[in-house]
Amino acid sequence: MDAATFFIQTMNGIQYGLLLFLVASGLTLIFGIMGVINIAHGSFYMIGAYLAWSLMGWVGNFWIGLVAGVMVALVLGLLLEWLFIRFLYDRDHLQQVLVTYGLILIFSELRSMIWGDDVHSVPIPELLNGSIQITENLAYPIYRLWLSGVCIVIAVLMFLGIQHTRLGMMIRAGESDREMTKALGINIGLIYRFIFALGITLAAFSGMISAPISSVFPGMGSQVLIVSFVVVVIGGLGSIKGAMIAALSVGLIDTFGKVIHLDIFGINIFPEMSGMSIFALMALILTLRPQGLFGREH
Amino acid sequence: MSISNRREFMAGASALAGLSFLSLTGCNKTNDAIRVGFMLPYTGTYAKLGAAIENGFRLALTELGDKPYGKSIDFYTVDDESNPAKSTDYANKIMTRDNVDVVIGTVHSGVAMGMIKVAKETGTLVIIPNAGANAATGSMCAPNVFRTSFSNWQPTHPLGKVMVENGHKKSVFVTWKYGAGEEALASFREGFEAEGGEVIKELFVPFPNVEFQAILTEIAALKPDAVACFFAGGGAVKFVKDYAAAGLKSSIPLYGSGFLTEGVLEAQGADAEGITTTLHYADGLQNPKNLSFREAYREAYNEEADVYAVQGYDAGLLLIKALEETSGDLSQKTQAIKAMEGAEIDSPRGVWTMSKSHNPIQNFYTLRVENGINKVIGTAWEGLEDPGVGCGV
Repeated sequence: MDAATFFIQTMNGIQYGLLLFLVASGLTLIFGIMGVINIAHGSFYMIGAYLAWSLMGWVGNFWIGLVAGVMVALVLGLLLEWLFIRFLYDRDHLQQVLVTYGLILIFSELRSMIWGDDVHSVPIPELLNGSIQITENLAYPIYRLWLSGVCIVIAVLMFLGIQHTRLGMMIRAGESDREMTKALGINIGLIYRFIFALGITLAAFSGMISAPISSVFPGMGSQVLIVSFVVVVIGGLGSIKGAMIAALSVGLIDTFGKVIHLDIFGINIFPEMSGMSIFALMALILTLRPQGLFGREH
Repeated sequence: MSISNRREFMAGASALAGLSFLSLTGCNKTNDAIRVGFMLPYTGTYAKLGAAIENGFRLALTELGDKPYGKSIDFYTVDDESNPAKSTDYANKIMTRDNVDVVIGTVHSGVAMGMIKVAKETGTLVIIPNAGANAATGSMCAPNVFRTSFSNWQPTHPLGKVMVENGHKKSVFVTWKYGAGEEALASFREGFEAEGGEVIKELFVPFPNVEFQAILTEIAALKPDAVACFFAGGGAVKFVKDYAAAGLKSSIPLYGSGFLTEGVLEAQGADAEGITTTLHYADGLQNPKNLSFREAYREAYNEEADVYAVQGYDAGLLLIKALEETSGDLSQKTQAIKAMEGAEIDSPRGVWTMSKSHNPIQNFYTLRVENGINKVIGTAWEGLEDPGVGCGV
């Protein structure tokens, strides 16, 4: 692998990692701060993509479709928290998994009824439709670069929001001691509703902005769910910084695992076993640091 | 695991619901009915394929009239959910409980393998209308198991010949790391090397991951004459779009098995233009049988037939051969099997016959995407026969 290819592959890895961060960030919010295991997270990613496809097709404009989609996701998140999730805070993880698994089934059936089972694609918006020629035969789509930029902006906003705002302070207080925070007169129920809706919206938003470079298809949610959990677990529950570092590591390992040839003791590790590489990384981290890279010990 | 418990509970509940329904209709096997079972995906990613197969099959049977040989045709249905873990349960349900004469199924290869295991015990006739696992008519083959679709060995085998004819000798092959992908790769390599081509690198993506950027960068660095691939559904749309977005489309031509562009051309749009594939069917085949089939299908279901509908239709035609030979009595299994083995099916894809291991010996066509349709540009291989490796029938 020459230097130019290595550089491009590194860029691919970072770009993929940033996208993973965006998908996983909503999960780490809900899982880390609220303690709710939401295995329906992938469904919201899928719903986001289908929303993007139908709304953007309907209004004919990417940006209006995006804003409308975010609104729908936000309302959906608030509604779901009110209907189901708020009853789960004091229950154990098994019941949370059962309820959110039920949501997966419901959303998958609803998706089938509303949008059908076809594969669709969303056109890249005019403004970002183009590519930069980086080698004689390889071009890099501008949309992917824009996507990375969006992911970085959202990461910074999330970090600042949680560390340096009043709301962030309340969220962190609720995370450490829910009852105490309530006693201080903070409406923790409302804050949790907002956090859940935000997490859902982040998942749907990543589905929406990924739609133009991905395709929109029924099974897309389960795909991102597993890798999101890997990112969250490696990074440590609830840690935005951890999720970012984990997502970038997973992105880079996944990228290089697909193209590097590596034999150990005559056994082909890469690319033969590249599908396992991110799980091997997770196993390694959990052995050394069971709480994840930036997780607090419980 | 709580998830599987819940799923099993639901499967159990639906089975109960099915039983109570049956007790009303009566489930004693009588000689005045031909019992046909569909074991197909009616939910999930492959739901559309299941529906197309059943539609095609029923269309073929309409030519028998209402009461062939004085018998009614009773249909039994089970949704296999494309879930290999439940395949033996579902196969038992339809073969033992419903006691059907013949099962039409299925789409997913993993599910088909489970089905075949059960069919080997019950002896029930099975017609596979899609699942391509080589083993189904290879190492796992059985006298009572037939296939009307293709083996995974078939669609990519003629591809190498087409590529060499177009002057591409050095190629990269890309696919998902899973059974069908690896079988497609092995047969591509065989066909391509036989014509003097060389596979300079195999690139895999974990199934069903669709992040291709690393692969595309590697392809650009390797600069092969052409790229061959095996993808279907959502992955096929994404690969084709990413390939074009990376600017590779103009410098390195893309080839694939026909499933790369089958049923997903609309989503792929202009990015699919010029892609060359090989498949055993094309919408645009101009033989009279295909034209009349497509018209009948359109009339009956108000939609366009696809390759899956054709495979289902041919499963129907194959069953008709068995019914003709046995005057509608499928309990005469030896005669039924003999009729199906010797069948010459006048299919919309062209006439095909059964190989020794019960897989179609069929033409493969070269297709090229032009103006948003898969245009037939020639016959890549006349009467391609799967070697049926490991089959002792």
